[in-house]
Amino acid sequence: MKARTFRRHLRESFKSLGRNSWMTFASVSAVTVTLLLVGVFIAIMMNLNGLAGNLEKDVEIKVIADPAAGQEAVAALEKKVKATEGVLEVEYSSRDAELDKMIKSFGDELNLYRQSNPLGDALYVKAKDPHKTAAIAKKIDTYDYTYEVVYGQGKIEKLFKVLNTGRNVGLVLILALLFTAMFLISNTIRITIVARKTEIGIMKLVGATNNFVRIPFLLEGIWLGILGSLIPMAVISIGYYKLYQEMAPKLQEELFQLLPTTPFIFQLNGLILFMGVFIGIWGSFMSVRKFLKV
Amino acid sequence: MIVMKDVYKKYPNGVVAANGINIEINRGEFVYVVGPSGAGKSTFIKMMYREEAPTSGDIIINGINLATLRNKRVPYLRRQIGVVFQDFKLLPNLNVYENVAFALEVIEETPQDIRKKVNDVLALVGLTQKVRMFPNELSGGEQQRVSIARSIVNVPKVVIADEPTGNLDPDTSWDIMKIFEEINARGTTIVMATHNKEIVNTIRHRVIVVEGGLITRDEYGGEYAYES
Ligand SMILES: Nc1ncnc2c1ncn2[C@@H]1O[C@H](COP(=O)(O)OP(=O)(O)OP(=O)(O)O)[C@@H](O)[C@H]1O
Ligand SMILES: [Mg+2]
Repeated sequence: MKARTFRRHLRESFKSLGRNSWMTFASVSAVTVTLLLVGVFIAIMMNLNGLAGNLEKDVEIKVIADPAAGQEAVAALEKKVKATEGVLEVEYSSRDAELDKMIKSFGDELNLYRQSNPLGDALYVKAKDPHKTAAIAKKIDTYDYTYEVVYGQGKIEKLFKVLNTGRNVGLVLILALLFTAMFLISNTIRITIVARKTEIGIMKLVGATNNFVRIPFLLEGIWLGILGSLIPMAVISIGYYKLYQEMAPKLQEELFQLLPTTPFIFQLNGLILFMGVFIGIWGSFMSVRKFLKV
Repeated sequence: MIVMKDVYKKYPNGVVAANGINIEINRGEFVYVVGPSGAGKSTFIKMMYREEAPTSGDIIINGINLATLRNKRVPYLRRQIGVVFQDFKLLPNLNVYENVAFALEVIEETPQDIRKKVNDVLALVGLTQKVRMFPNELSGGEQQRVSIARSIVNVPKVVIADEPTGNLDPDTSWDIMKIFEEINARGTTIVMATHNKEIVNTIRHRVIVVEGGLITRDEYGGEYAYES
């Protein structure tokens, strides 16, 4: 396409934006709200994905030895556990250390158990592959001198379930919003097409090509999409930056970490802009196809 | 130049507006198309610039067969044909110059070519003094001149006009006819549907009579005449 022609298309598409300013406003608002929600949702989901990963990595099996078992028996058990297939590392914690931990979290009343410690020694086991945790735990449970084998798998599965449900509900909502925004854009373009029916008729009469007639409307759709993504990009960038500044230091010791602002903010902005342009093109394409018989 | 072979046109509502039309129009001819209202004159004309496609039959314009012409190629056919209507079809928000230049801008001519061609053609139709005026500031005759200027600015080989004087008073109609004569004198083929008996009988050219979707008479230098 010639540069002159492209400039003409640009001019025409901008003129249309101004001419039906109310519809422009309505569809840009719709895109703005949509992308704002989509952006926040994606930011949350991507961060939670990180969390899930962290939790998964941290899955441990706690093997409590029979309190009645002697030193050698526990040492033998530790050896056996270490030799179990899929085990990455084993950490021994004596029954006294276990009691200290308990006292720390439940309070000094438990001090009275120091006289006769009812707890058994504990082994903390990490699996090479976190997904195999359950199987390894089951196997260890069959060994002699194990009193109890516990692991957090159930909790994690529950968390994953909640995350998945949240993600699906969010996706449905987002799709509904995207459709609404697209429909509004499509309607705006339709109004432009109807308003310029005479002009389009003459263009076709004197031999303008189909693309020549179509392109300004597609451009108009793109502008609507881009205009609608400006506020979401700004709000989400600043919001996430502020949140990160505030929260990141406090989360230092936690399992949950916020994704660093770079490149995350840029990726998020790219995605928002892409979606804006996409619904813009899609929306105008629907109307152009339906109402612009060329 | 223009050939129609067994052209048949049935509208979706069942009306048959062309019922086996056969015609041959040579380069440089001036042809009137006359006939009663609803006879199929406009349909005949619309099929020439592919506003309507024939249901069956062949239409060949400048060697292009419209029956096999793909939709994508229609714009290029239209660049070879100028069309003038009874209702001018000007853009109200563009001035005289812009209305004519519009036809060249949308087919991506260069600004230099546009300027030259538009000024030439506006001189031909006698509107050099009114280039900055808008359609609502012009008389019907002047508006039709703009419309004619637009139809010929790209130097088409054929100009098709559907009742170009239908909305004009007799004096103005004669002025418009003079312009068509001038265009024809330069070698452009002209096909004009009209109800203006006086014009047809005074400025003698070939007359095709269409009745009930058929050509019932075809005479060189003929009279405006059909049985009603
Ligand atoms: N788009 C259309 N859809 C259905 N029927 C149509 C259409 N255009 C024209 N017709 C019908 O086809 C027939 C021929 O119409 P056409 O417009 O060609 O007549 P005409 O000779 O130009 O008449 P007039 O002198 O009044 O302009 C008429 O019966 C008309 O009702
Ligand atoms: Mg007619």
